[in-house]
Amino acid sequence: MTIDMSQFYQVFFDEADELLAEMEKLLLNIDLAAPDDEDLNAIFRAAHSIKGGAATFGFTDITEVTHVLESLLDRIRKHEMTLTAEHVDAFLSSKDVLDMLMSGHRHGSAVDEAAVQTLRARLHELSEGKAAPTPAAAAPAAPAPVAGTPPAADAAGNFHLRIELPDVSAKDADALAGELGLMGTLTRDVLPDGRAVFTLVTTETADTIVAICAFVLDPDALRITDACAAAPAAAAAAPAADFGLYDTAAPAAASAPQTPAATPAAQAVAVPAAPAAQPAAETKNFGRRATDKEAGESSSIRVSVEKVDQLINLVGELVITQAMIDQRIAALDPIHHERLLNSANQLSRNTRDLQEAVMSIRMMPMDYVFSRFPRMVRDLAGKLGKKVEFVTKGAATELDKGLIERIVDPLTHLVRNSVDHGVEMPEKRRAAGKNEAGKLTLSAAHQGGNIVIEVSDDGGGLNRERILDKAKQNGLPVSDTMPDSEVWQLIFAPGFSTAEVVTDVSGRGVGMDVVKRNIAAMGGVVDIRSVPGSGTTISISLPLTLAILDGMLIKVGDEIYILPLGYVIESLQPAPVDVKEIAGQGKVVKVREEYLPLIPLYQIFAIEPKSEEPSEGILVILESEGKKAALLVDGLVGQQQVVVKNLESNFRKVAGISGATILGDGGVSLILDVAALLRSSRQLNADSLCF
Amino acid sequence: MTEGKTILTVDDSGSLRQMVTFVLKDAGYDVVEAVDGQDGLEKAKTRHIDLVLTDQNMPGMDGLGLIRALRTMKKYQSVPILMLTTETGDDIKAQGRAAGATGWIVKPFDPARLTEVVRKLIG
Repeated sequence: MTIDMSQFYQVFFDEADELLAEMEKLLLNIDLAAPDDEDLNAIFRAAHSIKGGAATFGFTDITEVTHVLESLLDRIRKHEMTLTAEHVDAFLSSKDVLDMLMSGHRHGSAVDEAAVQTLRARLHELSEGKAAPTPAAAAPAAPAPVAGTPPAADAAGNFHLRIELPDVSAKDADALAGELGLMGTLTRDVLPDGRAVFTLVTTETADTIVAICAFVLDPDALRITDACAAAPAAAAAAPAADFGLYDTAAPAAASAPQTPAATPAAQAVAVPAAPAAQPAAETKNFGRRATDKEAGESSSIRVSVEKVDQLINLVGELVITQAMIDQRIAALDPIHHERLLNSANQLSRNTRDLQEAVMSIRMMPMDYVFSRFPRMVRDLAGKLGKKVEFVTKGAATELDKGLIERIVDPLTHLVRNSVDHGVEMPEKRRAAGKNEAGKLTLSAAHQGGNIVIEVSDDGGGLNRERILDKAKQNGLPVSDTMPDSEVWQLIFAPGFSTAEVVTDVSGRGVGMDVVKRNIAAMGGVVDIRSVPGSGTTISISLPLTLAILDGMLIKVGDEIYILPLGYVIESLQPAPVDVKEIAGQGKVVKVREEYLPLIPLYQIFAIEPKSEEPSEGILVILESEGKKAALLVDGLVGQQQVVVKNLESNFRKVAGISGATILGDGGVSLILDVAALLRSSRQLNADSLCF
Repeated sequence: MTEGKTILTVDDSGSLRQMVTFVLKDAGYDVVEAVDGQDGLEKAKTRHIDLVLTDQNMPGMDGLGLIRALRTMKKYQSVPILMLTTETGDDIKAQGRAAGATGWIVKPFDPARLTEVVRKLIG
C-alpha cells in the first residue's frame, strides 16, 4: 500500500514549529548553574519528536540535524555532560537552522547548506570534546568505541563482549546464561529474529567463552564481538530489522526475578531489569508537565482562520439584524406585546453573548508576540556588548489575532530601539550608579476597551536638546518651550533619528514614523514617557478588536454619525458665557477650568444644523493622543454596538471618516475618525478643520 | 477479518498519530487515539481494545509506563502491545520486553510493514 505522506506535512510543520518555539523558550530561561531536569527532558523530547516526524515523513536533512542534536541533549539530560553556555548557543542556532530547513521544505525558500554543515560540525565537536569524565560504571556507553577484533580490555582490565548465539532452544540459552553469568556481569537480550544475545563484562578472554559455549552449541556458529563496537555493527548487519516480536515466553522470563525460582539463569536475567527501573523513576519526574500539556492538547482543535472570520461576519450581520428588530419593537405597545418584547430581550442578550463568544475565538494571548523577543534581545545585546535583563508582563492578555499579527513589526522596532538606544553600555551604567544590566520590560494589560502594550527601559531616557536640535535641522516647526510630551512626539516625524552612530540594529532614521503610522492604522495611539537618566516607556494603546465597536450615535441636521465610545469623555450643554471666540481661530469652550477647542461638526461636513449656537446644541468632549476637544453636535441619539464596515474597500477613503456601519433601521451611518478630527483642531483654526 | 477490531494508538506527536491512524483505518481497523501514556491508559480502561500501539518517548507516562500499567489490568493481560520507538538500541527492546510488550517497530517505518505486523497479531 502506498499512501500520500504529504497530507501530514502541514501538521508536522506546525507541530515542529511549536516544539522549536517551546525549546527556544526553555533554553532562554535555563539556569546554567542548575538546569532543571524537567526542562532538559522537555528540550530533549522536542528534538526527539521532531526527529521522529522528520524521519517518518522523509525530511532527511532535518532528521540528520535533529539526530546529532538529540544525542547531545540525551547525554546532557543524563548528566553525562554538563550544560554550558556554549551548548545553549549551539542549540539556539540549531533551532534557527531547523527553522530554515523547514521553511525550505514548506515554501521552497533558500537553504544555507554551509550553515547546516557548520552547525552539525559544531554539535559533533561538542558531543565529542566535552564528555565529562564518567566513572567506569557507565563503561558500555561512555568510552570511545574500539573498532575491530580482538576486543580490547578497558582500564579495569575487563572485556566487554557481545555474544550472539545461533538459533538454540530457550533451555540451552538459559543454561549458557547461567554459566557465563558466573564469569562476570551478564546482560541478556533478544535479537530481532528471536536469537539470544549476551553482553558480558568479564576478565576472561573471548577464547574462554567459546570453550564454555562449545558444550551446548557449535563454536563456529557463535559470534563474539566487542560490545562497544557492536551496536552500530548490528544495525549495519541487519538493516531489515525494523520490527520484531518477542517470543511468547519472554515476558514470563522477564518477570522471573520476582519469582522464587532463583536458578542461575534467572539471576543472570535480573541484570537487564535494573536499567528498566530507571525510566520508571523518570516517569515520576515528568508528572507535572504532563498534566499541563495534556489539558492543552486534548481541549483544542485547529480551525482555519477563514472559517472563524466567516463566523464573525455572520455574527456581525446578526448583530445588525438584532438592532433592527430592537428598533422595530421599540415602537410596539409594551402591554399588548409583553411576551414578544420579553422574548426579544432574551434574544438580544443571547446575541450579545454569542457575539462575545465568537469574538473571543479570534483572541490570542500576547505571548504569541512576546515569545519571540527574549531571543532577539539576547542576540542584540550580545552583538552590542550590552547586558539586558528582559522581563515580560501580562503575556496572557488577549488581543484580536488580526491585530496581534500587525503589532509584531512595530513592537520589534520599539524593542530593538530600546536595546540599541535606550539601554546604555555597562560601563556607562556603572558610572551612573545603575545595575550593569539594563532592564527592558515588555508588558500588556487591558484598560477599558483597549489593550495597552508598553516597552519600557531603564536606560538614559530621551535627550530633549538633541531632539529639538535635530528637529530644527529637519525644518520642523518647534519651539524651545514646547512641553516634553510634544518634544517626544517629534521622534515620530519621518526621517528622524538622533542616534549618534547608525548601527545595523536600528537608527537608520526610518522606522518610528512607520511604527506610528502602523499603529494609527490599527486604531491605536502611541504615547512616550521619558525621564532623563532613568529610562523611557513607549506605550501603545489599541482597541481590542477592529470588527465591532461600542459607538455613540450623534445627530447633526438630518445626519447620524457614530463616535467610537472609547474617545468620549463626557457630553454637556455649555453655558453661553463659557464659549469664547478667538479672533480668526474659531471658538474655544471652558470645561472644568480648561479651555478646549470647539469643533462644530456641521462645519466639517457642511451640513445645515438645527442651530449654530453652541449653547443650544450638545458638546461631546473627546480625548485622543492626550489631546482634548469639544465636538459640537445637535443632539445625542443613543449608544449601540456597531459592526465596522470598511469604507475604503467598499467605497473610497474619506478624510475624517474611519468606517461605516448599518444602523438598526437599515440606514448607513459613518463612523468619525476622532483622532484625525482632534489633530486638525490643534491649530485652533476654523479653516483647517475643513478636510 | 479486521471487522470491528479496535487499535489504540498512543503518540504525543499529532502528525505521527494521524499517519498511523490513517494507515490503520485504511487497513480496515477502528482506531482510538491518545496523546500520551496517561491518556492512553484512560482510554484503554473505558473501551475495548484489541491491540495497543504506543510510542516510547512521551511526556508524562511514557510507552514503557503505559505497557506496565496495562499489563497489571486483567483485561490487558494478553492483548498485543507494540512499541513504536526511534531507538534501535538493544536496551530499549529489552526494557520493552521486560515491561510486557509483544513487539516493537522502529520509526521511521513503512506503512505497509505496520499493517503487516498488526495483521500478524490480530488478523
